[in-house]
Amino acid sequence: MNIHEYQAKQLFQQYGISIPEGQYAATPEAALQVAQDLGGEGWVVKAQVHAGGRGKVGGVKLAKTLAEVTEFSQALLGQRLVTIQTDSFGLPINSLLIEKIYPIKRELYLSLVVDRGSERIIFIASAAGGMDIETVAHETPEQIISVSVHPAAGLQGYQCRKVAYALGLQGAQIKALSKIMQGLYDLFLAKDASQIEINPLIETHSGDLMALDAKINFDDNAVALHADILAMKDPSQEDDKENLAQQFGLNYITLDGNIGCMVNGAGLAMATMDLVKLKGGLPANFLDVGGGTNVEKVCEAFKLILSDSSVKAVLVNIFGGIVQCDVIAAGILAAIEQIHVAVPVVVRLEGTNAEEGRVLLSNTGLNIYAAEDLAHAAEQVVALAEAV
Amino acid sequence: MSILINKDTKVICQGFTGKQGTFHSQQALDYGTQLVGGVTPDRGGEEHLGLPVFNTVQAAVDSTGATATVIYVPPFYAADAILEAVDAGIELIVCITEGIPILQMLRVKAAMAGTGSLLVGPNCPGVITPGACKIGIMPGKIHLPGVIGIVSRSGTLTYESVHQTTAQGLGQSTCVGIGGDPIHGMNFVDVLARFQADEQTQGIVMVGEIGGTEEEAAADYIKAHVTKPVVAYIAGQTAPAGKRMGHAGAIVTGGKGTATGKIAALKAAGIEVVNAPTDIGVAMKRCL
Repeated sequence: MNIHEYQAKQLFQQYGISIPEGQYAATPEAALQVAQDLGGEGWVVKAQVHAGGRGKVGGVKLAKTLAEVTEFSQALLGQRLVTIQTDSFGLPINSLLIEKIYPIKRELYLSLVVDRGSERIIFIASAAGGMDIETVAHETPEQIISVSVHPAAGLQGYQCRKVAYALGLQGAQIKALSKIMQGLYDLFLAKDASQIEINPLIETHSGDLMALDAKINFDDNAVALHADILAMKDPSQEDDKENLAQQFGLNYITLDGNIGCMVNGAGLAMATMDLVKLKGGLPANFLDVGGGTNVEKVCEAFKLILSDSSVKAVLVNIFGGIVQCDVIAAGILAAIEQIHVAVPVVVRLEGTNAEEGRVLLSNTGLNIYAAEDLAHAAEQVVALAEAV
Repeated sequence: MSILINKDTKVICQGFTGKQGTFHSQQALDYGTQLVGGVTPDRGGEEHLGLPVFNTVQAAVDSTGATATVIYVPPFYAADAILEAVDAGIELIVCITEGIPILQMLRVKAAMAGTGSLLVGPNCPGVITPGACKIGIMPGKIHLPGVIGIVSRSGTLTYESVHQTTAQGLGQSTCVGIGGDPIHGMNFVDVLARFQADEQTQGIVMVGEIGGTEEEAAADYIKAHVTKPVVAYIAGQTAPAGKRMGHAGAIVTGGKGTATGKIAALKAAGIEVVNAPTDIGVAMKRCL
């Protein structure tokens, strides 16, 4: 799960990580009020969307006057922001973060993430902040430093000092960085984060360290344990269909093609997409109906797939283990009854109660094709999608 | 022989009296698994499915001599269940549970270091030696006792591989679903080493997917240590970067964990990589 920058900074504040003075605003009037309250000579107006790369596309503006704060706020609010990390529709800007401007001496990078290879939480830091860290890692790997934290020992002082020296910090800054790193580590554990990134972490002219940006991702498997984090969820920043899918316990991801896919199991769902592509088609979605499914779930899955107007044909691929094929078949028939299905549906059933499922689907007089095997099913659905 | 489990393996079930535990325990009994009891706290002394229920794993082990356990408890209780099994000296712990927080698994793995327990999963279908012992949620009847070892990160793709190797008349020695989570127990290399050492296993099917670097590590290991033919398939060739494909572990981030990279590493190690998931069985037969 993702949250907004302003929410991430609120969490930073709770964990003693210094952030710029600023406030969230949802209207131009509120933005002006925030700027007036902050005072000073200039302000930064930052669009709050769940995507990076905002600065390059006008989502972050420097206002020199209060009139400019109003002007930029009016221009941004209600618009959609398209960045390198969004699709071509972009994300709606429903709120802004207004902050004081600080004189920047250096831009650093600091993040922490679960490293699956070493099965540890690791800190990644670089003196080359403000840039895309993946590019830095690729082109100048010597500018990246990482330390790995043992879960029993926790973060140690020497690890913080190691990062601080590598970043060229000195004196009181070393203690300041250690405080930031300990705060980040505590926050990571307490809220079940999966990634926290500060890019850039700035060094001001007076030598202070401050998180100019903040990005936190949370472990979807753990978020139910944290009511405060769940309350920060902003559905407007997520795909409508993916939100709807979540309500029914379905795993759904929108893709660009025209062949709808309904599959049980994430691996088989990916494999089915691959096979469709291999046979010359393009999948319209990833959809895993999951294990213990029922008629209602299948019905909702079907509606979800067909709500995408680019879908020209649907491939259902079920290998029944826990899920029984006759249950899936009944779900397909129920869905076809409930909603008008104009596109052909190719069904491949294998495993538990496959024969019963096939019997249910045959001779219905509907636009359903029962495929002999998976390869055949993929060929058939590609041909049907092309014929439309 | 097979790997990990055989007809004599004594198994207990944690979360025995729950819905999942009950359903799959009955299936395991019907298959002929030596399921000898189960654990549900505060239900000790009862009987369930004709078998004894214990309050603790230790009590179950002491009474039955079980060396393997299968875990069906809900995600927020699963880490506790795994560590209870480790503490009781269980040799093989199969955790089916999906949705365990990653930081809990991180601590579990750190706590397991240096113990004698092996963990399979979580978020996996389990382990089966066809005709002998079924531990997990896989449909028993698609399997055939035979010569192919199957190891996979995905449940349903394991079934697909089983189905195809059964259709080819090859059958399976043992099938191990290692699970779709980023931090999990046995990995490809752990299982491949056992298949290489197993006399019954003549060929190996390895099913990977996007995310992580375990397939690349497996490629290196196979090149250096595995003489038996290996057929590999990698799911997620069409998956977009940054999107989690159902499994918590199946995500391409920062240009790492792509299907292309994994396939290249496997091919460079001389492994037969099939492009279509429907070609696994045919390719395995051809390679033997």
